[in-house]
Formats: sequence, structure tokens, C-alpha cells
Amino acid sequence: MPTLTRWLVKAALAWLVAALVLGVAMQLPAVAQVPLLRAAWPTYLHLLTVGWLTQLIAGVALWLFPRHSAARPRGSERLGWVTFACLNLGLLLRALGEPGRALGYDTRLLLSVSAVVQLVAVGAFVLNVWPRVRER
Amino acid sequence: MPRLSVWMIRTALLALAAGATLGALLLAAPGIVGLTRWRPLHAELLLVGWTVQLAFGVAYWILPRYRRGPERGHEAFGWAAYALVNVGMLLVGLGRSVAGGEMWALAGRSAEGLAAAAFVAQAWPRVKPFR
Repeated sequence: MPTLTRWLVKAALAWLVAALVLGVAMQLPAVAQVPLLRAAWPTYLHLLTVGWLTQLIAGVALWLFPRHSAARPRGSERLGWVTFACLNLGLLLRALGEPGRALGYDTRLLLSVSAVVQLVAVGAFVLNVWPRVRER
Repeated sequence: MPRLSVWMIRTALLALAAGATLGALLLAAPGIVGLTRWRPLHAELLLVGWTVQLAFGVAYWILPRYRRGPERGHEAFGWAAYALVNVGMLLVGLGRSVAGGEMWALAGRSAEGLAAAAFVAQAWPRVKPFR
């Protein structure tokens, strides 16, 4: 398994654990009324769908999709690392910004940066994997 | 990779790009008038257009093949699933995002259900041990 895929899959597993811990916390009667947790549903959903599911797909796709070329079998290594860094940074900023907004802080800049960075991650992944999706 | 998988996976990548763009706008600028109404389209693009369709495309490609006849079985079922899942995704996403779109959403959910049935009909017999 290539190094980049290992990082993507392990980060996906870490987000899965984080999401499920958050899910448990959101259901605990003793803490469910904490404002921060009451507003955590969108964060929880995105930890699962972006951090876990999409990142796992990216890791496996970059590993197992048809080869790009003999010289660069997995396409651009640099774009792959951009995907990894931006997806995780963007999600981390979101995980900090959304609870902050629920607590009344002005997190518009944080969430805007998160949005842009996650969009860069998606763009880098699509550009990297698109040429490898082809008929044999 | 078979042609149907190429179409499914590339369409899934386009849905990912479109859904992520809409999601980025929702996250960065929720105050833009009328933007939040498109949240159902964002969810539908990413849950059905991206993840479900990607799974269809990869499964059609890598599930065990037949030794005799068409190696991936009834291709027509696969193309039907491709068409129905995309029509359904758009109808649900748009129908749930605009006022009075409930019937579009119902038609879309029906199309998605038919897509699932067509895909299962194609994939079910291919889930078998290697020989």
C-alpha cells in the first residue's frame, strides 16, 4: 500500500473514531443540553461523510484505480498530498468553527477558510483521479 | 475498466465537485439570500450522486465475471441504473430545494428505488465464490 494511501486511510479511521465519540456525547442525557453539543449535528455528519467516507474512498482510489502511466502509475503524488492536507485541515477548521459559532464567537473567517481549503482538496482529488478512470 | 464504470465513476466525480462547491458556499456564506434552500441538493449530490454512484461503478467493474456469455451479465440493467440514479438524484435534490417540488422529489425517490433494483438485478448473481 503506498504511503499516501496509508495516511489517507489512517486519517479516515481517526475521523471515524472522532465522529462516533461525538455521536455518543450528543446522546448522553447529562451532556446533551450543552449548547456546543446541541449544535454539533452538522459537524458530526461531515466528520463521517467527509473525514471518514470520502477520505477512505480517496485513499483506496488513488491506490487501486487503473494506472496513470508507467512513469507515474498513481498520477501526481503532489496533488495527492494536497488532497490529504487540505481535506484534513479544512475539516479540522470546520470542527473548531461550527461549535465556536454555536457558542456565539465570530467564526466566519475560520469557516470560509475551511470551505475554500476543502474545495481545493476535492478539486485536487478529481483532477488527479480523472485521467485514471478510463476504458482499458 | 468497462465503459459503464467509466461513466458512473466520472459522473460521481462531477457530483462530488458540484456538491462540494455548493457545500463550500453554504459553509462560507450562509447569509446569502436563498442559498440555504439548496441544502437538500447539496446532500443529494454527495450521498447519492457521489457515494452511491461510485459504489455502483466500482462494483460493476470488480465483482466476479462470468466465464460464458457477456462477462458482466445484463449490461442493460447497469445502464438503466446509471440513468435512473442520476435522474432521481436531480429530481430529489431540486424537488426538495424549491417550493412546491414535493412531487418531483417523490418521482426522484421512485427513480432512485428503480435504479437500486436494476443494479441489484445485475450485481446479485455476480456475488459468488471464485472458481
